[in-house]
Amino acid sequence: MIRLEDLWRTYEMGEQELHALKGIDEEISDGEYVAIMGPSGSGKSTLLNVLGCLDTPSSGRYCLAGEDVAGLSEVALAEVRLRRIGFIFQSFHLVPRLTALQNVELPMLFAGVAPAERRARAEVSLDAVGLAERVGHKPNELSGGQKQRVAIARSTVMDPGLLLADEPTGNLDSRSGGQVLDLLAALKAEGRTLLVVTHDPAVARRADRVLVLRDGEIVKRVAGDEVTDRGTLFDEVGVGADVGSAG
Amino acid sequence: MSLFDLLRFSSQALAQNRRRSGLSLLGVVIGVVAVLSLTAIGEGALRYVEDQFTSLGTSIVIVSPGKNETTGGMPHGMGGVPNDLTLRDAMVLERRVPSVRAAVPISISTETVRHQERGRNAPVVGATAAFARLQRLEVATGSFLPETDLDRGASVVVLGSKVASELFSDANPLGETVRIGSWRMRVIGVLRERGQQLGMNVDKIAFIPVASGMRMANKSSLNQIMLELRPRSDPEVAIAGVTRLLMQRHDEEDFTCVSQDAVLASFTSILGILTMVVGGIASVSLVVAGIGIMNVMLVSVSERANEVGLLKAVGATRSQILAIFLLEAAMLSASGGVAGLGVGTMLVMVGNMLYPAVEIVTPVWAIVAVLTLSLTTGILFGVLPAWRAARLDPVAALQGH
Repeated sequence: MIRLEDLWRTYEMGEQELHALKGIDEEISDGEYVAIMGPSGSGKSTLLNVLGCLDTPSSGRYCLAGEDVAGLSEVALAEVRLRRIGFIFQSFHLVPRLTALQNVELPMLFAGVAPAERRARAEVSLDAVGLAERVGHKPNELSGGQKQRVAIARSTVMDPGLLLADEPTGNLDSRSGGQVLDLLAALKAEGRTLLVVTHDPAVARRADRVLVLRDGEIVKRVAGDEVTDRGTLFDEVGVGADVGSAG
Repeated sequence: MSLFDLLRFSSQALAQNRRRSGLSLLGVVIGVVAVLSLTAIGEGALRYVEDQFTSLGTSIVIVSPGKNETTGGMPHGMGGVPNDLTLRDAMVLERRVPSVRAAVPISISTETVRHQERGRNAPVVGATAAFARLQRLEVATGSFLPETDLDRGASVVVLGSKVASELFSDANPLGETVRIGSWRMRVIGVLRERGQQLGMNVDKIAFIPVASGMRMANKSSLNQIMLELRPRSDPEVAIAGVTRLLMQRHDEEDFTCVSQDAVLASFTSILGILTMVVGGIASVSLVVAGIGIMNVMLVSVSERANEVGLLKAVGATRSQILAIFLLEAAMLSASGGVAGLGVGTMLVMVGNMLYPAVEIVTPVWAIVAVLTLSLTTGILFGVLPAWRAARLDPVAALQGH
């Protein structure tokens, strides 16, 4: 379970203080699929980075499975990212010189998994995303949808309980995007907690819950199936059509 | 992360940018080659000098007039003039110092040597028959100076090969008369060509009996006395005996007595220091190469910020990132070092083929030093870029900043 208590993230911009997150309070249960929406600059990416232990909150508590991870050391945070969290990015972030298999093997490299086991597990992961035939291909030999599926294989190869996705379908056509969303749904079905930052109502609709952020605060919580189109969801919180340009 | 995984990951990264890696590697190669070839030349010179000394064979002690004050301060016997080093001294030394086999008194002057209308300036060395044995001089035709009493100055001369060929062209000089200064001397021998040896070119010298030489130059003092020691005698004991005897005769230490071993030792140490200095200067180029590596690594880190961010996101610690980039720098410099060793060795081989007279050898210490140095410069100059990579903020790095 994830519990956020009065979570703040403040940036010092010269003499000014910029509050990216202003006292977020939220609980996310294990196995929940939560979409985070909001206009650009609303703090949704910052929230995702803090949840992923890539960024540390300025104040407040972030408890991951009962452990306060906000104050952990750099090494301990790396360990949390390694074993308990998987990342999926809008721009895939595959290492261009490595094959699909080697990209999926990367986390296990840092975990010190033996080469034979590494290879076997990476093959299983790639098989699960339907890319068993593509293990030897480099990223520039793969389509966008295939790249994102390699990234998903990489994010799950250490079997983490929490998956964080930042606009996972943002760079994909609707068909590839649909495949990726199906894969995410399957990962949720395996019991993983899923947090997806998106501006796409079609993505949000598949979530159990949707959190809407504005100016660093959660301004609305709705069920996924309440999301119809972007207009009705955001008109109530006064962000309107600005949502479409969120990055 | 195992060392093997690290090596593979880093080498893949280097291979991605072959030209850039290659160019920074070239810098190391040049530095290593510079150090290796320069120290090899220094070592070659050292061996050459040692060979020259050992070719003289028997150990030799040289007595020269005047005291070499090496400690500074007031000159010894202020106001006084040092006593001459005389033929008599030489005779006494040969007779009364047990370890001395032969004493060769030597006087040196420069005169014009003429035959008919040809002439040249040449060093004229007054010596004795034993000089040829001491210096391993070989006679091409005729004979060297005759064995006579020291004070008998016969009017004979032995010509160096170059002097002979200049004065006589192809004609046989034996029995001919040459004029040295205002003296007429009969040529009794011509030396075999020898070349430069220890800063003295025997080929350009004319040898005459020492008594004649002193008379010709109108000198009362010898330039030096060369003492040939008996086999297996200790030069230090000989020097002590010579010093004691000459002190008795001169009442003060107005002469200098050095063994050839001591001269060789100082040559060796000078050349050794010179080799180190030259090698040290050359290794500055390795430092420059290190800066080249640093530059390449800094560019690489900023180009691969994205990758660094990703590695952090998938769980790499700072020290793992540091190790990856440090290893890249180390691999660059180490492979540059090995390649430089190969090129340097080839250069030394080529040098040996071109100049067989001087044996150029890369000293082992230089090989060890240059490999260690190139590796450490790589690591040293790799620290800053690797540290930067390790300290990258993953959020900013993933956005490509």
